[in-house]
Amino acid sequence: MGLGISLDLTVAWAILLALAVYIYVVLDGFDLGIGILYPAYPEKEDRDLLMNTVAPVWDGNETWLVLGGGGLFAAFPLAYAIIMPALYPPVIAMLLALIFRGVAFEFRWRAGSRFSKKFWDAAFIGGSTVAALSQGIILGALLQGIEVDGRQYGGGWWDWLTPFSAVCGVAVVAGYALLGACWLNMKTIGHVRDRARTLARLLGFVTVGFIGVVSLWTPFLEQEYFSRWFAWPHMLEVAIIPVLVIGFVVMLGKELYSESNDWMPFVLTLGLFGLCFLGLGVCIWPYVIPTSVTLTEAASPFKSQLFMFVGAVVLIPIILAYTAFAYYVFRGKIEHGQGYH
Amino acid sequence: MDTFLGLDALVLARIQFGFTVAFHFLFPAFSIGLASYVAVLNGMYLRTGNAAYLRLFNYWVKIFAISFAMGVVSGIVMSYQFGTNWSVFSDRAGPVIGPLMAYEVLTAFFLEAGFLGIMLFGRDKVGNGLHMTATLMVAVGTAISATWILSVNSWMHTPAGFVMGENGQFLPDDWLAVIFSPSFPYRLAHTLTAAYLTTAFIVGGVGAWHLLHGRHHNSGVKTMFSMAMWMAALVAPLQIFLGHEHGLNTYEYQPTKVLAMEGHFESYDDGIPLILFGIPDQEAGEMRYEVSIPRIGGPILGKGWDASMEGLDTVPRSEEPPVGIVFWSFRVMVAIGMLMLAVGLWSLWSRWRGELYYDKWLHRAALVMAPSGLVAVIAGWITTEVGRQPYTIYGEMRTAESMSPLDAQAVGGSLIAFIVIYFAVFGAGIWYLLRLMSKPPEPAETPQSEPGPIRTSGITPGTTPETTPAE
Ligand code: HDD
Ligand code: HEM
Ligand code: HEM
Repeated sequence: MGLGISLDLTVAWAILLALAVYIYVVLDGFDLGIGILYPAYPEKEDRDLLMNTVAPVWDGNETWLVLGGGGLFAAFPLAYAIIMPALYPPVIAMLLALIFRGVAFEFRWRAGSRFSKKFWDAAFIGGSTVAALSQGIILGALLQGIEVDGRQYGGGWWDWLTPFSAVCGVAVVAGYALLGACWLNMKTIGHVRDRARTLARLLGFVTVGFIGVVSLWTPFLEQEYFSRWFAWPHMLEVAIIPVLVIGFVVMLGKELYSESNDWMPFVLTLGLFGLCFLGLGVCIWPYVIPTSVTLTEAASPFKSQLFMFVGAVVLIPIILAYTAFAYYVFRGKIEHGQGYH
Repeated sequence: MDTFLGLDALVLARIQFGFTVAFHFLFPAFSIGLASYVAVLNGMYLRTGNAAYLRLFNYWVKIFAISFAMGVVSGIVMSYQFGTNWSVFSDRAGPVIGPLMAYEVLTAFFLEAGFLGIMLFGRDKVGNGLHMTATLMVAVGTAISATWILSVNSWMHTPAGFVMGENGQFLPDDWLAVIFSPSFPYRLAHTLTAAYLTTAFIVGGVGAWHLLHGRHHNSGVKTMFSMAMWMAALVAPLQIFLGHEHGLNTYEYQPTKVLAMEGHFESYDDGIPLILFGIPDQEAGEMRYEVSIPRIGGPILGKGWDASMEGLDTVPRSEEPPVGIVFWSFRVMVAIGMLMLAVGLWSLWSRWRGELYYDKWLHRAALVMAPSGLVAVIAGWITTEVGRQPYTIYGEMRTAESMSPLDAQAVGGSLIAFIVIYFAVFGAGIWYLLRLMSKPPEPAETPQSEPGPIRTSGITPGTTPETTPAE
């Protein structure tokens, strides 16, 4: 009886965390994407504008990463304790990269000389790119499996780096850049927006290509993944995901090549990312560390999960409400030199 | 065992945690106080309509934004350090402290981050009322954040409300007992007032700097100096009192730490001396060149003049913290506390004589004391954390057992990266902060000229009726 309830809470926590990570990926995805796209906008005025489109919201976006990490720690401490040492180098690289890009939001405006301004621009670009790359590598390394020994990580220092994880890393960079381009397409006007649209077309192709490669590669990483996707008749149910992906890709293409409206590409990209997430879920479920630790095994006790769950159920809707309000306050297109008035 | 530059992985992991957390805490110590200070300035502006407060708000809010950004990015590092460096600790203690940290994210970090944008850039978009609310939310958020993280930390010092699981995990039994562990109220009070004092002395130091540069006619400079000195005069004595109470609580729950702080290697059976200075020699188990006052140590610890006490000589060596570090860091903190009190009293005296803005020696003292809060805060944490050794969860789990299965190479390499990057990046940030502080707040009537996103909030004095200078 108690077991039944605690199992359900574990499932609820898994869903909640997946949701937090999804929200993180799309929100910080577009603002990391802005950093990745900086090289395509060499003009100082354009760069100021790009940064101003996300300045009021980036901190909130990044907080979802803290919730993802903190939530994993609290709800699945064993998984947190195994994953962090296993992925030590990419996690540290991500944290350091986030430092560079985070401070660039403030320091760029404070820099006195041209040189230091250029330096913080480079920090913003490099930090955003390395953070995205590390996140992709972390995802890839998790998917390909982590060696576990008792309650600890049991593998070597370079296990995380494989062709597969490297491809995932580049894929995430491309995907975030696409999100960033769609965001700029929505938030700006004139040549900044036009260039964003051109970039979005290009990045759309690249991202979809990567989604294809990773999706076809993943089932061959583990026998279990393969059977999730290709075992009959289960295949009929999960096939809806790739079918929807194709539908979204077609719509995104149409939107990007017609000039109809400016927010649709962004929304469609969010949907595309959501579907990729579902796909990942199909692979990983019911593991938290694929094929070695299940959600139930890593779960913290009922009392811990319940205590947090009560708070999360009340607080997350409130958080979403005031986050939405902040986005609403800074809604609409932004022009050069205008920043936020 | 493998090593990196002669250090093993455990020592490196401790250095890394201590380094990153100490750097992190510099920024909260300042931004907790500053968030409240700018909220007060904004409130005063709305109440009085005096544009001088608005100019001060605009001045300090830029500084706040930079400090806050550095707090955020260094804090994100902290929330992953538990897993990367202390994975065994995370696995075992996660069920108890994980939920508290998750609550910190849900109740504090989102609140701060969600309203920060409106506080910095939103005045013209949402109007004064909502802008004030946002500013208050950020201030409240920083205090809530301190509450949860100090609850976590206090539980590690005085664990309560848990049972041991079969798999070695600490399992929650009574959440209230976990959250309100015995040292928590003291630690929270002492740390929050520390943050206010830290901010007061930085603000006061900036005011003093401008007064020393002859900016007596700038009402913003005078206001900030006066407000900061009030804080110093009122809060410094409170802080000393709270520190003392905290010490008594520690004596009850972690007596070894207090023995190390006070340098009592010996046991006494007739009166406890107060050791002022000396060179602790832990190997020999004695205090060299000791300067002490006989007997008054007893009353300070709430005992009699002729009380007896068991010293570190009754504690096994394997249970002792590093006495030298604890003894000295404690003295640094207490000395700064006393100096802060002195400056506070001095300012009252000058104020009473009407000399507050003209007393050059007071201004010089305030300038020198500007970073003292940061030093005291770090010294205080070192006392607390090193004094807890050799345990991470006091009496329950040792530091040596908490460590991740990491190679010394991996920890050492990342430690060097942290050190280089922290000094470079946060060094640059501190430089920008100092540069902003070295300019006085706008005197009345001149348009704002500081570049940056905050400037674009369009609150140029004189453009809206209520900002017409009222001086
Ligand atoms: C007494 C206060 C205090 C203490 C002891 C700590 N912090 Fe902190 N932290 C804050 C007070 C604070 C704050 C005032 O809430 C900050 C500082 C500036 C800011 O942006 O928020 C913050 C920021 C901050 C952030 C970024 C939040 C965001 O995204 O907005 C994280 C993840 C942490 N902290 C985590 C930690 C961890 C894991 C600590 C312990 C090892 C820690 N902090 C010690
Ligand atoms: C409030 C949240 C905090 C928590 C949960 C926390 C927890 C820890 C943990 C897990 C360790 C590593 C184990 C050890 O070596 O003892 C540690 C060590 C340390 N912490 Fe804290 N800490 C906190 C805040 C701080 C702050 C704010 C500072 C200083 C500004 C600080 C200073 C240190 C130092 C210097 C060490 C190294 C001590 C040593 O290894 O000898 N801590 N703390
Ligand atoms: C004479 C004055 C002071 C006394 C007697 C005092 C006492 C103490 C004691 C006994 C501790 C260690 C508690 C423990 O770990 O069990 C402590 C910690 C600390 N002190 Fe002080 N203190 C004084 C002044 C200050 C000042 C001026 C500041 C900063 C502005 C400060 C900031 C801190 C901090 C941040 C800690 C670590 C957190 C904590 O454990 O509370 N203290 N203090």
